[in-house]
Amino acid sequence: MRVTPAKLGLIALAMFGFGFLMVPIYDVFCKVTGLNGKTDVNAYQYDPKIAEIDTSRKVEVQFITTKNEGMEWYFEPSIYSIKVHPGEVGVLDFIAENLTARRIIGQAIPSVTPFEVTNYLHKVECFCFATQVLGPHEKMVMPLRIIVDPNLPKHIKKLTLSYTLFDVTSFDESM
Amino acid sequence: MEANTHLQSEPHGPPSGIMRWILTTNHKDIGTMYLIFSLIMFFVGGAMSMVIRAELFQPGLQIVEPEFFNQMTTLHGLIMVFGAIMPAGVGLANWMLPLMIGAPDMAMPRLNNWSFWLLPFAAIMLVSTLFMEGGGPNFGWTFYAPLSTTYAPPSTTYFIFAVHILGISSIMGAINIIATILNLRAPNLTMMKLPLFAWTWLITSYLLIAVMPVLAGAVTMMLFDIHFGTSFFNAAGGGDPVLFQHIFWFFGHPEVYIIILPAFGIVSSIIPTFSRKRLFGYSAMVWATASIAFLSLIVWAHHMFTVGMPLTGELFFMLATMLIAVPTGVKVFNWTATMFRGSISFETPMLFASAFLVLFTMAGFSGLMLSIAPANMQYHDTYFVVGHFHYVLVPGALFSVFAAVYYWLPKWTGYMYDEILGKVHFWLSFIGVNVTFFPMHFVGLAGMPRRIPDYALQFADFNAISSVGGFLFGVTQLLFVFIIIKCVKGGKKASAKYWDGAHGLEWSVPSPAPYHTFVRPPEIEEDKDYF
Repeated sequence: MRVTPAKLGLIALAMFGFGFLMVPIYDVFCKVTGLNGKTDVNAYQYDPKIAEIDTSRKVEVQFITTKNEGMEWYFEPSIYSIKVHPGEVGVLDFIAENLTARRIIGQAIPSVTPFEVTNYLHKVECFCFATQVLGPHEKMVMPLRIIVDPNLPKHIKKLTLSYTLFDVTSFDESM
Repeated sequence: MEANTHLQSEPHGPPSGIMRWILTTNHKDIGTMYLIFSLIMFFVGGAMSMVIRAELFQPGLQIVEPEFFNQMTTLHGLIMVFGAIMPAGVGLANWMLPLMIGAPDMAMPRLNNWSFWLLPFAAIMLVSTLFMEGGGPNFGWTFYAPLSTTYAPPSTTYFIFAVHILGISSIMGAINIIATILNLRAPNLTMMKLPLFAWTWLITSYLLIAVMPVLAGAVTMMLFDIHFGTSFFNAAGGGDPVLFQHIFWFFGHPEVYIIILPAFGIVSSIIPTFSRKRLFGYSAMVWATASIAFLSLIVWAHHMFTVGMPLTGELFFMLATMLIAVPTGVKVFNWTATMFRGSISFETPMLFASAFLVLFTMAGFSGLMLSIAPANMQYHDTYFVVGHFHYVLVPGALFSVFAAVYYWLPKWTGYMYDEILGKVHFWLSFIGVNVTFFPMHFVGLAGMPRRIPDYALQFADFNAISSVGGFLFGVTQLLFVFIIIKCVKGGKKASAKYWDGAHGLEWSVPSPAPYHTFVRPPEIEEDKDYF
């Protein structure tokens, strides 16, 4: 008689925990499947000595930028599309300029489409690994170095790396 | 029976005064309070829907500001779901379950008292947000992040705590119901002799325990995002707004069945009574209910077809959703088979139950249309969805509550309700519901988005019709209150078994049901069933 409610109460508590468990489950699920196009938040360890380059084909990588809620920065890649051999390092610059008279901290969040190639696009160096601070009207050139994995499925000829730029000034300074 | 009459003659009524209601542990008192609370909230939420329909009567902005309109749609949804329909179901469960299973009371009467008394405070907290700086919640009843976090009004914290309290109340109520059904059944009343209403409430309670804590988790994460700098749902900090939708709908879809399963139980009691036949396919009904509950836990992402799921995800959630139509179809066919060649009479409860059968089936069909992932891209977030779920909730859940009230009201008050007024209430409600919600399907298919205070001119005629129907339906509900008050005050005396075709233990006690019933468990006959 007392056991039933106690057991049921425990189930309720466990389900409360499960609600929070959905967060890491979701992240792991997205990481394994590449859903959502979330790329690694850490730099890819690249060793030019052992890197193999697949010279038999070239893949086009396109770059897109979006400014969240009208963030007042200029934020564009120096070139909108590059062609690289899988395994070869692609290098380009992103240019950011603070168009306002106040200090703004920005955070770029990357996303790759199609989702199935998410885990085949590696970033050796990216400004998205950390927040970027720009003073009033300050301008900055941010390098990006990427590698398309040689194991990329053959039918993929083109992939897109998109960056959304968020204003995290208030968020960052309260930390 | 003899033992009962003996006990009823003992002078042991309720204490008098307001403290009776505050301190009561009696399932009938608590059931009554739940029902009155839900009726009040029904009118609060209903008043908000009148504001919505008045604004939408004509295109353009006439009556309220868009910000206030958004608060109205949000609170209308929240109040109707958490304040009106769910407490009405729990109230009916409180009143009828002990009577149906031959128990003296609920398993945990004090917990029961607490479950109820949490509700008014949660409701006051929720409604009071309207008067706060920045206004009440304005992000829709689904409170998608970041609308409900980054862009939310300051009152959102009150909304979060109101949801917490409502959740705790529901979970405790559910635990109480399960403990009552599993442990307090009269001796020899086996599970497969239980009325369907007890079965549906048992399964609903398990759903509540499974998903209400997840909702509590979701609002807790919102609280942390708003006040403590976490980034559960904030993309800039590495979180994901789509994650919110997954967590919300993991709760939200079973919630739909939490609302509708008790309605299935009510209709399964009423249709056999007025068809003067036994319920067709009892065990199939039990299994169908359990299957629906299980499936409801694995279909949540059909609310999110447009977020950019991979093809396999869309296919899985589409097919799993369509699968629900099978057990639901079993139920609909069993009710129809129960009526088939029955000696049917259409008293008010049967009218509402029959309307439930027809209109809920229609709601199921529009639900099937929505479950088709490629077509859903067109229907998503349009008035078609609004039409669909209002057909589920109004002529579905609400009509079944009306049916239950008319069915058992004489058992509660001891007097028959006014049958003519009851029928007038039914027909006006029936017309009102269809005039209000049917045109919504058309404007939705034509592309009218939901949750907007203004719309393109081509939707004007259908919206005017909807509004007229809405006002008719709203005014009609005042008649319902009048009928209840009239029935409480007096009328024709009701006998113990005032419906000649009824089955079950609740008809073995006199009307009105004495304050204490089944102090000694009733005799259960081996070869008789009690549904």
